[in-house]
Amino acid sequence: MSRSESTPPIRVGLFVTCLADLMRPQVAFAAVKLLENAGCQVTVPRSQSCCGQPALNSGDRTSTIGIAKGVIEAFESHDYVVAPSGSCADTIKNKYPALFAKDMRWVKRAHALADKTWELTSFLRDKLEETGVAASYPGVCTYHDSCSGLRGLNIQNQPRDLLGKVEGLQLAEMSDSNVCCGFGGLFSVKYPDISARMAQDKCADILQTGADTILGGDLGCLLNIAGRLRREGRRTRVFHVAEVLAGMTDGPAIGEEGEGK
Amino acid sequence: MNAPVNSQRVAFKARVRTALGDLNLQRAMAKARGGFVDKRREAREALPEFDAIRDAARDIKDHVLANLDSYLELYEQKVRENGGHVHWARDADEACRIIADICKKAGARTVTKGKSMVSEEMYLNPVLEAAGMKVVETDLGEYIVQLAGETPSHIIAPAVHKTREQITELFHEHHSPLGYTDRVTQREALVNEARSVLRDRFVSADVGITGANFLIAETGSNVIVTNEGNGDLTSSLPKVHIVTAGIEKVIPSLEDLSVLLRVLARSATGQEFSAYTSIYSGPRRSEDLEGPEEYHVVLLDNGRSTMLGGVYQPMLRCIRCGACLNHCPVYSAIGGHAYGWIYPGPMGSVLTPLLNGFDDSVDLPNACTLNGRCKEVCPVRIPLSDMLLEHRLEQHQRKLTSPVGRRILSAWAWLAKRPRLYQGVMAIPLWLAHRWGHKAGVLRRLPGLSGWTDSRDFPVPPRRSFMRQWQDKERT
Repeated sequence: MSRSESTPPIRVGLFVTCLADLMRPQVAFAAVKLLENAGCQVTVPRSQSCCGQPALNSGDRTSTIGIAKGVIEAFESHDYVVAPSGSCADTIKNKYPALFAKDMRWVKRAHALADKTWELTSFLRDKLEETGVAASYPGVCTYHDSCSGLRGLNIQNQPRDLLGKVEGLQLAEMSDSNVCCGFGGLFSVKYPDISARMAQDKCADILQTGADTILGGDLGCLLNIAGRLRREGRRTRVFHVAEVLAGMTDGPAIGEEGEGK
Repeated sequence: MNAPVNSQRVAFKARVRTALGDLNLQRAMAKARGGFVDKRREAREALPEFDAIRDAARDIKDHVLANLDSYLELYEQKVRENGGHVHWARDADEACRIIADICKKAGARTVTKGKSMVSEEMYLNPVLEAAGMKVVETDLGEYIVQLAGETPSHIIAPAVHKTREQITELFHEHHSPLGYTDRVTQREALVNEARSVLRDRFVSADVGITGANFLIAETGSNVIVTNEGNGDLTSSLPKVHIVTAGIEKVIPSLEDLSVLLRVLARSATGQEFSAYTSIYSGPRRSEDLEGPEEYHVVLLDNGRSTMLGGVYQPMLRCIRCGACLNHCPVYSAIGGHAYGWIYPGPMGSVLTPLLNGFDDSVDLPNACTLNGRCKEVCPVRIPLSDMLLEHRLEQHQRKLTSPVGRRILSAWAWLAKRPRLYQGVMAIPLWLAHRWGHKAGVLRRLPGLSGWTDSRDFPVPPRRSFMRQWQDKERT
């Protein structure tokens, strides 16, 4: 799995994402572990907060540009930028360059960042061509495809390929795994009725599989799904795919009682 | 219900609540949900070059939009050569006036209508009814919503929000006086009863009004596709045929039509082809056995020309297949009427602010998770979710969004631009939430986020953020 001693390590800057930072640090620790196991040298630039999606999706271009400039500067010196989220990686890759369409200097820098930014599972599978995973998870899992990762970055097989290597893990696909869970960032707060209804549909599809665990690559969706499952009194466990791949599933799952990290 | 629906901000949320609580609507939508999606997928899988045809369809529409004036002029000239009349309507009122005048001149008492969303857009029915005419919708779905005193909730399946039981009751109520006293419940029996009632109307109609899926410039023809054949009876039986269409419906040639037809039905219903595809090119010629004596086309602008040359121009490619509605999880949750105007779902959320005014439809572009499924399935590749985001940018610029929301957002953005300060400030709510809820793992209530916690628990954050933990680790 590790690269040989002679090749210089790939320098990866971890884009933590605001949700992993504030809501589920273990996802970022898992990402670091997976990247280091794959032979990368991981640094976490101190100067990061969020990719700016809440501002962008609210139509506030000026604020988004301000935040984006900070991200571009913070990660300029790295070979690659990896985020444990399809949604944030999609924003940096596919949305940042368009923000600077009228600013020649910044558009170049935005493109340079976009070109080296990856979502975690896609970086491991497509870029590093990882084939093995040193983890086990005894259970039946179902996988929710997050919209931005799926449609913006074509992430669908990568997490499933990697999960296929996890010892003891069985994958049971839900129907409509590619249908939105209703999170949508601020949408879930601005239109809670619609959002909750969509989450309810998603949970019904999850429960239908009989899986004991639901996995995904984006914390936004997972918090939404976990929140709804818990409100319905379900015990289905919710983990980010990185946590399972890194073998970090001993503590409480998302929304479970107990002292997590 | 044919009058403009009030679509104030509060009203949207109220309509959403009503829709989510309407058991009939929810039952009907749940039943419809998978069907359209599965059928489109099967149709797509059966045609390997489907995506290439979508590209070609997009290119045809783009070419037309770049040369719209010349194609419209050519179309007008050809219609005239065929003996038809072309009328240009700047807005809905003008279009209604033109159509009402034609009907009056024809001495119309009964007017049949094939399905036409453009006529819904101009609120035509009440105008004709006020002039003393009996207006009969002949598309089965349209007929059902007309009996119910409603408007279509879907652009190709107008009554998708109704259950079969509701339709049984509607038919019983309206058809009993005509002698159909039995309550019919089976799908086929319902269709047959409607067909039988409508048959008399077709024969007695003085004017027939249809929409147009396409207008062909090189031949001056209009094309309509239906699965019921009602469009044909509406077009050819009355002595006057009026076609209503938006100006963006024109395409250059029959060859282009063959491309667009290959994506239309597959995207809409998953059919390779609709049951009826009919091409009409003017009034009855001396050698024809049947057909209308007069043929009119009313071309409606109603704001479309202002979209040309701007960021929203791709929306004019729309061929009204309904795929974006069928694949939209928001549409499927709330149904079409909650959107407040005649065009629902993603295409409606883009179009309504443009055609019906921005200020009254602030919610539409925002009531979307930007999941992108609409953009993925659009047969002419309209970047629907990107256009919704474009609306949001414009709303923000024009300060149409809530002032409180904007203030919170800019405070957050100010902080997010200062990561070190952000990390310090964020430690406070984190610590509080963790202290409050870590034993249960979730918070049942969260001040300021009741929208979330009314229907979902909120997973408890950790005591310390990742950035804090990481810095501790680096220090040791």
